[in-house]
Amino acid sequence: MKTFGGSVLFLDRSDINTDEIIPAKYLTEITKEDLKPYILEDLKLPGFDPKGAKTREARVIVSRANFGCGSSREHAPWVFEVNDITAVVAESFARIFRQNMFNCGMAAIELPKEKIDRLFSYAGYPDSTMAVDVAGQTVTVRGGGKEETVSFEVSPFDKALVLAGGWVDYADKKY
Amino acid sequence: MGKTIAEKIFATHLVDEPFAGTHVLKLDVVLCHEITTPIAIADLMARGKDRVFDTTRIKAVIDHVTPSKDTKTATQAKILRDWARRHAIKDFFDVGHNGVCHALFPEKGFIRPGYTVIMGDSHTCTHGAFGAFAAGVGTTDLEVGILKGVCAFREPKTIRFNLHGTLPKGVYAKDVILFLIGQVGVNGATDRVMEFRGPVVEAMTMESRMTLCNMAIEAGGTSGICMPDQVTVDYLWPFIQNDYPSMDAALAEFRKWWSDDDAVYDKVLDFDLSTLEPIVTHGYKPDQVKTITEMAGTPVDQVYLGSCTNGRLEDLRIAAGILKGKTIAPTVRAILSPATPKIYQEALHEGLIDIFMEAGFCVTNPTCGACLGMSNGVLAEGEVCASTTNRNFMGRMGKGGMVHLMSPATSAATAIEGKMADPRKYL
Repeated sequence: MKTFGGSVLFLDRSDINTDEIIPAKYLTEITKEDLKPYILEDLKLPGFDPKGAKTREARVIVSRANFGCGSSREHAPWVFEVNDITAVVAESFARIFRQNMFNCGMAAIELPKEKIDRLFSYAGYPDSTMAVDVAGQTVTVRGGGKEETVSFEVSPFDKALVLAGGWVDYADKKY
Repeated sequence: MGKTIAEKIFATHLVDEPFAGTHVLKLDVVLCHEITTPIAIADLMARGKDRVFDTTRIKAVIDHVTPSKDTKTATQAKILRDWARRHAIKDFFDVGHNGVCHALFPEKGFIRPGYTVIMGDSHTCTHGAFGAFAAGVGTTDLEVGILKGVCAFREPKTIRFNLHGTLPKGVYAKDVILFLIGQVGVNGATDRVMEFRGPVVEAMTMESRMTLCNMAIEAGGTSGICMPDQVTVDYLWPFIQNDYPSMDAALAEFRKWWSDDDAVYDKVLDFDLSTLEPIVTHGYKPDQVKTITEMAGTPVDQVYLGSCTNGRLEDLRIAAGILKGKTIAPTVRAILSPATPKIYQEALHEGLIDIFMEAGFCVTNPTCGACLGMSNGVLAEGEVCASTTNRNFMGRMGKGGMVHLMSPATSAATAIEGKMADPRKYL
C-alpha cells in the first residue's frame, strides 16, 4: 500500500482539467517516468509555478470542485505518482479521474466545501503538511503551529483498491 | 418498480457486486486506440499476462496521430499494431483503413443496443446513441477490460432529459448538447447517465444522436443514452440482418431495452427546444455558452471541421450546403478532417470535397489530430479557432490558443466571414 502525506500543494480553483494537469502533446510518452517534468504545465493560477519548489516538494494536492475533469488520460494520476503526489483532496472529482486514482492505488478524497475551506485556511503557512489515513478515513492538516483532523467518506470498493494496491491486482485475484 | 435502460443493461451484465453500490459488469466490447492502450499492453507484458479475454470483442484503431508524425507516435502505433497481430485481433484498423474511433466503430456496426462498451477515451459516451451503456475509462480499467472482460461501475443513476418541440432551421444536435451543458454545468451530470428522450431525439438521425451523446462527458456524464428505435434498426440493419427474421423483429427486441414508464430517475429535466438558437462557447469550459447572435463578429484565425463530435457525412453535407459556390475569408484558414475513410470517400463521390476545396479548405486524412493539439492544425499562442470539436479547455488545440465550440453549420458560416457568423442567413 502507498503512503499518503507530506507537503501540501493548494490549487484554489474549481474544474482543474486533465489538459492542465498534463497537456495532450505529452501523451506520446511511453513510460510514466517520462511524464515527470510536465506536471501541471498548463495550469495558470496566481502565485502557482509548475516548476517551483512547492510543486516539487508536494505530496498531497488540495483543490476545489470537479477536479480532473476532461480526458480519460490516466497520465494525469501518473504524472502525480511519478512526482510522489499520491493523494488529492477536493470538494468533488470527475468520475474517470477519481477512478483512475483508486485504480492506481492512490487516493482521491472528497470532502464537503466547509471542510475544504478549513484545509485552505492552512494555505498561507509555508510549512503546511497533511497526513491522509485511508484506512482510518481521516485527513490531518498541520501548519503555523496548528493542527486539525477531519474525517471523510470513501466507498468500500475504492478503499479496497487502495489496500490492494490497485485494480489490476484486485481484479486479477478475483475475476 | 420499473428500470431505466441503464439499469436493465447493468442487471443483464452483472458479474459481481463486491460491495453495495459497486457493480462489476461483463463487457460486450472493449475499444482501443494508440494513445491509452500501449501502456496497458506494456503493463500486461511486465506482469507476464499478455493475454486478451476475447479477440472478437476487442476492437483497435490508430487514430489520434495518424499517419505517425514522429518516432514517439510511430512507436505507439507499432506497440498497438504488434499487439493486435500477436493476438490475431481481426478488427484492427491501421493506416488506410483508420478513422476517428467514435465514428469508425459505430460505422462498422460494432455497437448494438444493450451493449456494455468501454474505451480508454472520455468520448466513449458517444456509443450510447445506440442504446448501449458506453463509458470512457482510464488505462487501468482498460487493462483489466482487455484481460478479464469486466469493469466496475457505481449505481447507474440517471438524469432524464426530455427534449420537446422541433429544432428550428439552422439548429442541430451540437447546439442542443452545448445548450444542455450550459444548463446543467460541467459537473451537472457527474456519476450520472444522461438519458436523452422526447420528439427532438426521435427526429434525429443516428449521426445526430452520436453528436448529442458524444458530449455527455463535458457535463461529467458517465454515458449518454438514447432509446433504440426504428432509426437505430435502419442504421444497424446491414450488420444484423442475419440475426433477426425481420426489421420489425429487431425493433421488438430493441424495444425491450427501453426505460420502463415507471422507472425511477435521479432527476427529470424538460426543455422545449422550438426556439433554440445556434450556440457557441465563449470561455475555456464547455458550459460557457452564448447564442450566435451574442457572439457574431468575433474574429477567428482558424476553422476546424471534424472530430468524433462532428466529422460525419451529415456534418459535411450541412457545411458544404453553406459553402457551395463561396470562398472562405482571406484572413482565415479552414481545415476539414472527415472522420473515417468511408465518410471521406462518400464525400468525394457526392462532390462535397470539391465544394470544400473550391472554398479554400485544406482537407486532411481522418484523425483526431488537431482537436487535442497533437497534429494537423495546432494553434499558435493567442490564436482563435472556431471548431466543431468537443473541448474548449485553455490550450486544448495548442498552448495559448482559444477554441470556440460550435456546429458544422456555424463553423461554415464563420469560415466564409472570417468571424463568427449566424448560419441561418445562408440556409
